Amino acid sequence: MKKFIKQCWRVLTRPSVHFSLGFLTVGGFVAGIIFWGGFNTALEVSNTEAFCISCHEMKDNVYQEMRTTIHFSNRSGVRATCPDCHVPHNWTDKIARKMQASKELWGKIFGTINTREKFEAKRLELAQHEWARLKANDSLECRNCHNFDYMDFTKQSQRAAAQHSTSLASGEKTCIDCHKGIAHQLPDMAGVDGW
Amino acid sequence: MKTIKLITGLFVLLITTVVWARVEVATLRGNTPLNEEGKPPMMAQVVNDDEKLQRAYPMQPPIIPHKIDGYQVDMNTNTCLSCHSRKRTPESQAPMVSVTHFMDRDGNFLADVSPRRYFCQQCHVTQDKVRPLVENQFKDVDLVLKEEQAKQVK
Repeated sequence: MKKFIKQCWRVLTRPSVHFSLGFLTVGGFVAGIIFWGGFNTALEVSNTEAFCISCHEMKDNVYQEMRTTIHFSNRSGVRATCPDCHVPHNWTDKIARKMQASKELWGKIFGTINTREKFEAKRLELAQHEWARLKANDSLECRNCHNFDYMDFTKQSQRAAAQHSTSLASGEKTCIDCHKGIAHQLPDMAGVDGW
Repeated sequence: MKTIKLITGLFVLLITTVVWARVEVATLRGNTPLNEEGKPPMMAQVVNDDEKLQRAYPMQPPIIPHKIDGYQVDMNTNTCLSCHSRKRTPESQAPMVSVTHFMDRDGNFLADVSPRRYFCQQCHVTQDKVRPLVENQFKDVDLVLKEEQAKQVK
């Protein structure tokens, strides 16, 4: 085994004997494009709703709950899919989130939430992760669509306008502080701050 | 004499049949035949102006003057109480649930809303912007009392 590694190292460190420099550079460039294209395609496939709900944990719980909310069906037909809210759009943040998601694969393999009961039992913890994430990035995924700068308070109900023009405008509160459970059912909220 | 009675009887029967046939029974279904689905009425808009309405009688549960779409009220949580509970009113400035709701059926006051009062929409409902289907002849209790007094004075 040690000998094999040494041999590999020798091949890598010595100049190429059979291939020209042109072939290696151009070939490397083309291979790089193919690799990168493949990587990005795979990344984007994992960033679709169809991919998310290919697991029954997502399809039977959170997806079903979302179907009745305004983010799924509404008068204008504009809707949010899972990654719109749950995956950052910025590339570096997206990769960071995707690496975190490897924990979810672990959960899938060992069936951490493979029944409704297990899911309900773990729901508060999972929800708290999402609330913490949105609190930390100032509800960035909400704001990708709901831009504060273009909100017309006169089109909102008095109550909504009052809240948005004070607490939200001053930055004291962020979307998720009040709008928990906007797209999925809430866990047992006993002990959660503000409930 | 007998013939006259018979003729009168037949005549009365004829009149009632004609009158009966002309009366249309008012139903929500309208003229749609039984084996067909009628056209449902338009969905009404919920009143969302946050204005308190006068209660029609002292013990009337106040109506909800805002939209409550998607409000979750179940074993996990009660979204209404996230504004209307005792602890949340300073921040939300919403009216607090009535103190009667802290009482159990034996009249003991509890620390929080009594379980029998947990499901808000059993009594409190939103209002739709619709015209009443039938004329409302409800009289406010003050008006009833005034009428009674006026009668006694006579």
